[in-house]
Amino acid sequence: MSLLASTMALPGVDDPINVSQTVAFGLIAVMMVFGAIRVVTTRNVVHAAMWLVLVLAGAAAQYILLAAEFVAVTQVMVYIGAVVVLFLFGVMLTRAKLGQEADLTRRSWFGGAFVAVVLFGLLSFSLVDTFEDAKVLEDRQMGYPTAAALETTDDGDVAVVDPDARLSNTQAVSDSIFSRYLVQFEIISVLLTAALVGAIVIARKD
Amino acid sequence: MTVLLNQFLLLGAALFAIGVYGVIARRNGVAVLMSIELILNAVNINLIAFSAMHGDLSGQVFALFVIAVAAAEVGVGLAIVLAIYRNRRSVDLDELDLMRG
Amino acid sequence: MLTHAFIIPLIMAVSFVAILAVGKRLPRGGAEIGIAAISICFVLAIATGVGWVQRVNHPPEAEHATEEAVDPDDEIAYALTTAEEPTGHGEEAGATEEGAAEGGATEEGAAEEGAAEEESHEYPPVVRKISWLQTGGFDIKVGTLVDGLSVLMLLVVTLVSGLVHVYSSDYVAGDRRFTHYYAFLSLFTASMLMFVLSQNVLQMIVGWELVGLCSFALIGHWWEEKPNSDAALKAFLTNRVGDVGLLVGMIILYFAAGDSSRGLIGSFDILRITTMANTGQIDHLVLLVASLCLIAAVMSKSGQFILHTWLPDAMAGPTPVSALIHAATMVVAGIYMVARLYPVFWHGLSIGSANINALAVVGTITLFLGALLAFVQSDIKKVLAYSTVSQLGFMVMALGVGAWTAAIFHLFTHAMFKACLFLGAGSMSHANHHSFDMKKDYGGLRKHMPWTFRTFVIGTAALAGLFPLAGFWSKDEILAGAGQLGGKGGYQLMLVVGTLGAMCTAAYMTRAIYYCFFGEPRGAAKEHTPHESGPRIVIPLVILAGLAIVAGFANIPDTGLFSGLPEGVTLRFEHYVEPRVAWFPYADQTVGDVLEHPEFSLQIALTSTLLALLAAGLVYLWYWKGAGPHGITQRNKAARAGYRLLEQKYYLDALYTGAIAGGVKGPIARGANWVNQNIIDGVVNVVGTSATAAGRWIYKNVDQGGIDLFVKGSGAGAEGTGQLLRKGQTGKVQTYGAYLFGAATVLAAVFVVIASTS
Repeated sequence: MSLLASTMALPGVDDPINVSQTVAFGLIAVMMVFGAIRVVTTRNVVHAAMWLVLVLAGAAAQYILLAAEFVAVTQVMVYIGAVVVLFLFGVMLTRAKLGQEADLTRRSWFGGAFVAVVLFGLLSFSLVDTFEDAKVLEDRQMGYPTAAALETTDDGDVAVVDPDARLSNTQAVSDSIFSRYLVQFEIISVLLTAALVGAIVIARKD
Repeated sequence: MTVLLNQFLLLGAALFAIGVYGVIARRNGVAVLMSIELILNAVNINLIAFSAMHGDLSGQVFALFVIAVAAAEVGVGLAIVLAIYRNRRSVDLDELDLMRG
Repeated sequence: MLTHAFIIPLIMAVSFVAILAVGKRLPRGGAEIGIAAISICFVLAIATGVGWVQRVNHPPEAEHATEEAVDPDDEIAYALTTAEEPTGHGEEAGATEEGAAEGGATEEGAAEEGAAEEESHEYPPVVRKISWLQTGGFDIKVGTLVDGLSVLMLLVVTLVSGLVHVYSSDYVAGDRRFTHYYAFLSLFTASMLMFVLSQNVLQMIVGWELVGLCSFALIGHWWEEKPNSDAALKAFLTNRVGDVGLLVGMIILYFAAGDSSRGLIGSFDILRITTMANTGQIDHLVLLVASLCLIAAVMSKSGQFILHTWLPDAMAGPTPVSALIHAATMVVAGIYMVARLYPVFWHGLSIGSANINALAVVGTITLFLGALLAFVQSDIKKVLAYSTVSQLGFMVMALGVGAWTAAIFHLFTHAMFKACLFLGAGSMSHANHHSFDMKKDYGGLRKHMPWTFRTFVIGTAALAGLFPLAGFWSKDEILAGAGQLGGKGGYQLMLVVGTLGAMCTAAYMTRAIYYCFFGEPRGAAKEHTPHESGPRIVIPLVILAGLAIVAGFANIPDTGLFSGLPEGVTLRFEHYVEPRVAWFPYADQTVGDVLEHPEFSLQIALTSTLLALLAAGLVYLWYWKGAGPHGITQRNKAARAGYRLLEQKYYLDALYTGAIAGGVKGPIARGANWVNQNIIDGVVNVVGTSATAAGRWIYKNVDQGGIDLFVKGSGAGAEGTGQLLRKGQTGKVQTYGAYLFGAATVLAAVFVVIASTS
């Protein structure tokens, strides 16, 4: 039993949890929460964008932990690659002072803090209440069985003979997008086009 | 040999709350947009976590759509911030009180 | 040390983090961390080199891979020798990281059962790898591949980088971003070391991009001045153009190295790719396309003609950076990549049997045009930059004609003397108000800066290829290769142009020496007496000059004039650096041509050396004696046109910025504007007019008729409520946001209470 595969039994749970993955989660989560707090408290807009990169990268790492590689890669490419750059351009074009800015936070910030704390308390209470010991699937590699893994039995049923022969996550996600969610996908593309046109129209100097 | 679902949801809740604080308390338009990104990410973490809990890909697909919408939102949002800046030479949201009743 | 080579880049990476973290608080601003780290790395690199030499002298018995963690990449398909179904396939997926590390640590030579045991001197490279990430069907590894080539690069990089570290502690002392500078030197060294130790092409791409990034950061070190940040951007973007070729080429190779019969989609493993290319398991056409794509990458990173324009501009960075990155290490990344994946090019371009191919042509054009351009520069660093371009052209040409060892040997010697020359130029500018304009600000420096003068002259002689300095041996090996290798008659064109290039090299370097060290002091050198730089600058110069003298003896030929020498003296470099395994076109298993070695040819050596001396002599007469048709560029139209062409760098920059970028910008922008004006506006107008028409109709019939009555009545009631609500209307968006979230929280609280009580 190596360290990577060590488990810890939880009281009242028949299925022990994986220690190493939980520890990894904890480290990334602490980093993310700290980064997020810095995003909303730092006095320098550029630094806020950099902390945001940390949070987004952490989120990508969590997706990998949850075996959603494709979303993780998309997160890195779209968020860290494009959105943060957009933010930096926004900071640059709006000539935010590079450096400390005392007036980045409103003087009446405590109202926001109060709302946030109450909201977090409520959310965590109800989450702990509802998903007390729900677990993520142990086998998180979701994917439909490939054609090779299926076999038609004598009475015409299709049975999965080789449960390990499955599509990879990326293949499964793409199949899902382009079959089941095709209409939504098209709507998203129209939305993106509309947003592009709108952004150009709004930002254009007349 | 698994991990608890709750930890992901609690992380999402924390990020959501922090984002809400940022939206309320920040004065700079760009900073508010960043806080909105935090909120969207919190939602995404939840989606992926539930997807892994149910063994259903729909959550991941939906998260992808959220990422796309977020990109569009940032584009439009920053365009608006730019337009505001061009009109008022500042992105301080506290000065935007044209609608005062 | 051979199995623990990964420590070397790791030390530099740690140094980078440490300098960034605590550098500013240290008495010497982080320089001490960098120098300590690079010193340790240099010692470790020497240890690795010694280990490798011992391994070559006593080749290990072919070891069988352990049962656990057999990687499909390691069963380098010996379809030629064995038809056995390899065992252990598919156990990889369950292997934990520890198991992979244990299994990966065993030295798995390319020789397995059935491999050619009769090959008496096979010394397989030492491979060590661990799983980097495993995801649905992919198992991407990261690891080190240690053989003669990577050991040589380790030595070159750590040596030059170490000297540059020491030199910089004096040269950029008091700089506004001293710590930042040292941090990036460390990061650069780390990424270059990782790049040369790459075990798979993915790791190679990562290292390749990282050195590009560091180059960008260091060229733009003084980004406050616009030319510097422009130069950094130019370097970055020009490299991007070639990197597209790199990515495409690597993707092609990845899929080509797959094995459909075993369900392997592809492989990033360098040894697997090269072995398969070498044993004829990859289609010739695939190799051709892949090598052409990779040549694009070489053109950008190694400054080959038409994509070389960034390299001279890169001189905007601090001089030690130019010496380290743009002369000795980073720009040879392209050369290294070709050398590492040589079978791909060898078979793809049919180097062994052709008389001309793309790689050789690119190199030939570059070496000649670069040398011509160096002749008209007045900035000493630009002279050296074009000289670098030209010498890189020599290396690419050598690879293109099949003189693999000669190219790597030239890389090695060139690193020594070019670093020496660059550091010498830095030393001169240090003494002359930080100016690099040798026509305006230098002159007569030999009296004031004796050490710089001596080392610079040694470097120049080595670069010009004078016997017995380093450049002589490597350059003549390349020229001999061009004359003797290949198909019928060899690469004669390359030989002729290469000899001319050597001539030009001697000429422009002599000219540079005249402007710097002889004649009357001008400008800055005249205003005050220049003084020799301090020991931290002079000692690296002396070390490099010493190496420039002796480096050439590492590969004394054993044929022709030198056939009488004992075996322990000659061709040491070739013996230790050149791979003798199945993945190199040297071995018996190669399908098609086998790599040959050129013989030393007295004729070629004499011709090129004499021509170089002749050119140097002509330049001497021109400048020192004032002989020759001075002022011809003013009098003669043809000469003036030629000079203008060189001065404008063949109008390439004008072509890129003016013609291509402008041409793309104009029509596309106009087209977009037309679409905008006509189509989109048209749609908007139609929508607008129809909406107005509909609005008018509704106003007349619906609004005035029915709704008005109702509204007027309710208005009075609404007004009272509105007056009350006005207080809350601050008009600030965020206040509304706060209300919204507050209300949502209250609502959520209500729900939670209801849910928990019921």
